[in-house]
Amino acid sequence: MSNVTLRNVRKTYPGGVEAIKGIDFAVDDGQFCVLVGPSGCGKSTLLRMVAGLETITKGEIDIGGRVVNDIEPADRDIAMVFQNYALYPHMSVYNNMAYGLRNRGMPKPEIDTRVREAARILEIGALLERKPRQLSGGQRQRVAMGRAIVRQPKVFLFDEPLSNLDAKLRIAMRVEIRKLQRRLNTTSIYVTHDQLEAMTLADILVVMNGGMVEQIGNPLEVYRKPASTFVASFIGAPPMNLITLDADEIRAQFSGDARANTEAGILGIRPEDLLISTEAAASGGLSLDLVVDAIERVGAETFVYGARARHGEPAISARPGELPPGEVIVRVPGQNAPAVGERIMVTAPRERLHLFSADGRRRIDL
Amino acid sequence: MQKQSVFHSPLLPFLLIAPQVGIVLVFFYWPALQAVWQSFLLQDAFGLSTTFVAFENYAELLQQPEYFNAIVRTFAFSALIAGSSLSFALLLAVMADKPLRGVGLYRTLLIWPYAVAPAVAGVLWMFMLHPSLGVLARGLRNMGLDWNPLLNGNHAVILVVLAAAWKQISYNFLFFLAGLQSIPKSVLEAAAIDGAGPMRRFWTVTFPLLTPTIFFLIVVNIVYAFFDTFGIIDAMTGGGPAKSTETLVYKVYLDGLLGGNLGSSAAQSVLLMVIVIGLTAIQFRYVERKVTY
Repeated sequence: MSNVTLRNVRKTYPGGVEAIKGIDFAVDDGQFCVLVGPSGCGKSTLLRMVAGLETITKGEIDIGGRVVNDIEPADRDIAMVFQNYALYPHMSVYNNMAYGLRNRGMPKPEIDTRVREAARILEIGALLERKPRQLSGGQRQRVAMGRAIVRQPKVFLFDEPLSNLDAKLRIAMRVEIRKLQRRLNTTSIYVTHDQLEAMTLADILVVMNGGMVEQIGNPLEVYRKPASTFVASFIGAPPMNLITLDADEIRAQFSGDARANTEAGILGIRPEDLLISTEAAASGGLSLDLVVDAIERVGAETFVYGARARHGEPAISARPGELPPGEVIVRVPGQNAPAVGERIMVTAPRERLHLFSADGRRRIDL
Repeated sequence: MQKQSVFHSPLLPFLLIAPQVGIVLVFFYWPALQAVWQSFLLQDAFGLSTTFVAFENYAELLQQPEYFNAIVRTFAFSALIAGSSLSFALLLAVMADKPLRGVGLYRTLLIWPYAVAPAVAGVLWMFMLHPSLGVLARGLRNMGLDWNPLLNGNHAVILVVLAAAWKQISYNFLFFLAGLQSIPKSVLEAAAIDGAGPMRRFWTVTFPLLTPTIFFLIVVNIVYAFFDTFGIIDAMTGGGPAKSTETLVYKVYLDGLLGGNLGSSAAQSVLLMVIVIGLTAIQFRYVERKVTY
């Protein structure tokens, strides 16, 4: 059994800065958990606390049924892959992988078997005699993974392992990490700021913000039902459109369901749920009049940026690099898109609408 | 990749390096060549006549057992000074590398001794360990040790090594600290997760990664021990007692300036230069291979 459980974990730095403000979650045996959030949200700190590289101010971290708060990193039975790989520059690839096993006094033949097996799995067998500086970024990444898997630990910890790779390699390694984890069936915790990595890798997704958990759940569930506007805009690219509504607008939009009585709130709608249409939405649906102010074609799909034209007012065009509050993004499949400056109507069915409290902290469901 | 600058005037690059070249020519090549020339000459005791004797000075020198003793003594000195100041500086640097309160203050304090002139350092230690005046000497005597560097050659050696090493610790410390700080923290964290305790981590990760620094410092320290200890020896022991602290450099000074034997003194300084050039070459050729860059 190698489940990881965090109970009300807190971290306060000596200067009084509270980095982690009470986190609870559990990762079951063999699960792949991804911690995702913007930089500075505490996700790396939290991972380092699990590894034992940072002290735990309050709360408990439990690995495989044993509270590890006061246990040295070496004795926690974890392996970690670092963002900069942290390979030992003066050791060959072979020795990099064997180091941890030698430190534990494993007999030589077994070390050799394990290292060669790991090298085979990671396809770095030909590189065993090289020094890290003679390797490419992708190869270093593999060695770092190899160093983790030879140990056969209870838990793998990944600290943004792909962020130093170029975009293509990152996707390839992402798939490999996932396959490897499935194959070894080792409980894993993975930190990233890339929502796409998070979505594709996770069995459970933990979205963090400001030292707290915003939402925990299956990635698709998080995508379908974001618990706050933060999650709504962080998970999914391009982000969910958020439109502030007053009480009257909410009453009109959600007439006939329980949400109609909300004082004020934020309406959310994913770009792919908006449809360019000539007719207003069916009853209960959302209809928006937009003036197209930018088009982005990426081949398989096109993103249409429109400003809401209310009451016939001319839309204010976006300043460079910034989405004004009235800006709406529509995802259109294929390459057909309206021209810039054109007036369009977009609609979405009622079941695709999200409603959040006015402060954005809470999702309001039916 | 090589950076190339384009100069419009062909004269400018030469003008720019002229001051440096000038200094090296005037203060190194000129005196060095003069020493070489002088070493082929023999002067009478009153400096009235000079004869060209070719390699006679060298031949005479190499027949003196005294000269060989000085060579052995100098190597022993430099090994003791380099060894003790390097190891102690490394220890201090490892301590100072830890995130502790007031670390900036004592890092600064550790660097100060480097600003002390060699002769002053010598006098300082002499006062502390002088057999009749020294504070520390009294303590040693109370412990039953008959401490007397003025009479006991071994004590004098210890005294000189102590002062010379102490002065060099700051310099070594500075480089070691910089070397330690350039080791990525995550590499040491990875080693900690890989089950290496603090000592093992130091010897299998930190130390090998410091080898470029160590190599550089060994060269610098040996050159320091060969030449820059002159001031310390002169202020503390004057080469005595009974030549026990007479190193090659000090012998050059004694024979030439005090003994008036300019030819032999010049020959010694030429040999000294050859020894140091040879040592440095050997270090770069052989030690560098084992260094992990």
